[in-house]
Amino acid sequence: MTEPLTTAPSPGVDDGVVPDNGPGQATRGLWADAWTELRGRPRFWIAAALIVLLLLMALAPSLFTSVDPTVGLLERSREPPGPDAVFGYDLQGRDVYARTIYGAAPSLAVGFLATFGTVVVGSLAGLLAGYSQGWPDSLLSRIGEIFAGLPFVLGGIVILTSFNKPGQIVGAGQLVFQVVLTIVVLTWPVAMRIMRAAAIETSQQDYVKAAKALGAGPFRVVLRHILPNTLAPVLVYGAIQFGVFIGAEATLSFLGIGLRDPVVSWGVMISEARDRVQDIPWALFFPAGFLVITVLAFVMMGDAVRDALDPRGR
Amino acid sequence: MSQPILSVRDLVKHFPVTRGVLFRKTVGHVRAVDGVSLDLHPGETLGVVGESGCGKSTLAQVLMRLTPPTSGTATFEGEDLFAKRGAALTAWRRDMQIVLQDPYTSLNPRKTVGDIVGEPFDIHPEVAPKGDRRRRVQELLEVVGLNPEHIRRYPHQFSGGQRQRVGIARALALRPKVIVCDEPVSALDVSIQAQVLNLLSDLQREFGLAYLFIAHDLGVVRHLCDRVAVMYLGSIVETGTAEEIYGRASHPYTQALLSSVPVPDPSLRGRRAAIRLEGDVPSPADPPSGCRFRTRCPKAAAICAQDPPALEVRPSTDHPAACHFAEPPHLVRAD
Repeated sequence: MTEPLTTAPSPGVDDGVVPDNGPGQATRGLWADAWTELRGRPRFWIAAALIVLLLLMALAPSLFTSVDPTVGLLERSREPPGPDAVFGYDLQGRDVYARTIYGAAPSLAVGFLATFGTVVVGSLAGLLAGYSQGWPDSLLSRIGEIFAGLPFVLGGIVILTSFNKPGQIVGAGQLVFQVVLTIVVLTWPVAMRIMRAAAIETSQQDYVKAAKALGAGPFRVVLRHILPNTLAPVLVYGAIQFGVFIGAEATLSFLGIGLRDPVVSWGVMISEARDRVQDIPWALFFPAGFLVITVLAFVMMGDAVRDALDPRGR
Repeated sequence: MSQPILSVRDLVKHFPVTRGVLFRKTVGHVRAVDGVSLDLHPGETLGVVGESGCGKSTLAQVLMRLTPPTSGTATFEGEDLFAKRGAALTAWRRDMQIVLQDPYTSLNPRKTVGDIVGEPFDIHPEVAPKGDRRRRVQELLEVVGLNPEHIRRYPHQFSGGQRQRVGIARALALRPKVIVCDEPVSALDVSIQAQVLNLLSDLQREFGLAYLFIAHDLGVVRHLCDRVAVMYLGSIVETGTAEEIYGRASHPYTQALLSSVPVPDPSLRGRRAAIRLEGDVPSPADPPSGCRFRTRCPKAAAICAQDPPALEVRPSTDHPAACHFAEPPHLVRAD
């Protein structure tokens, strides 16, 4: 054991695991340390590069293609990839490459906003339930059970058909918003349960007792002590759900209640192409491949952030 | 003797035992603390000793105002402790702090040591001006024997003993008058225990602290405590000065505890009558009638099942013990 025997200061008592930056430098917080940590990881940069590329695709699709994704010429139907169209043409004779590029925006918007909404709503509810543990916990848990008990497809049909009458033309932005709302309303209880369990466990830790004994108020306890120690499971859940939500959007599209023509999304493309996998595999392969890469980028990013936020892993 | 700084009378803490999910029904109470009275004087160390589950830690939590008492009173410097609210409660917290048992869970793993020791100043900004805090934190680290340059390290980069020093520095930051030590060394290696105990007693001398020192081991508290209170199943069974308890323990439970302290001198081994207690501690949800200790007591008689013995001085003893048959031990003592 490398314990000092007296109360006198004894520099060099233990061998530094991490070099100290000397007494002259101000203490930095968890987030600043996490950022320093992230910058040194190739995994973070690969994920960040992919995400930036995807965002660019979503914001400025015309940078990547000059073809109109909605124009279909039936004489080109089912043409395989070639010099004209690197990803080939789909059943309607539309350029799969252009459609994949233009599909990024709605897909990413749904995936990102739905993940963000689910994680934020679920985490807030979970923190409140897990920290208070009294009647707010019972109330939130029961409300959560009601929403979690609704099957996703049934709930989606109920919510989306009550927004829009059948056959009604709705703008793309409004439709994305409605789909996101549907997903968040139907899935936040899962995030809440994850957060609630973590918050209950963390709020029984001794460092929370010590903070309360110092006179820390509930906001300080929750923000400084409980939240940083409960974020990891919810972040991982969010990163995984990102892909699931893009798929969920496809399910709703397939039922004719989600995004639909002329809006292009990867989910719409996948659900259109899945009946003709043997016939025109490229129409399924390319949007699905982009979806996989997107999910992978976000999972990698979530993983890297989680690791960087855990000082024990350094 | 001076006025006690902390005075506790008939403190009771019961935890309800509930059944049912939707309609909670209370089916009983765990009597974690059941009528504890004690006084702590400025600058002294009062040891509270008892085995696991006897309510020592609950007592600490109630006194730290982390959980409300069921009944009873406590005064701190003459003011009602349990009546403090808002600003008065926050101000009082500067005067009384706690060092927790497990150094591995008492420090937030995601905060640097500088943030952990500096947090008291964030909560009580009037204690140290903002520009001064870093220096104050480094001073504190130095006082507890840590390298002040390690301010940017995280708890996992320290050993158990060093982590406990960080916990002590945090408790010391606001210059409290009383520190509750909730088994501060029981999670540490034996070789480290003595160092931390020495640190605590140095700090006591330097800052004039009063300690409420909770331990499950009479041996550990011996060289630190001025007075000792022995707890069994939520109540104090014997209390006295360290000399009275270690030299002339009169409650059979204390005698049994003392006889279980390891003897360092091999030549004395076996010469001391070892009192071995049979059975387990009864459940605090359903304590025995009369004397709590009677189910395991070698001296138990009919009266013990009916009359709970009061904690008082009896003709054959010189300090209070809660036993009808309290008497000094006729044992060969280890020292």
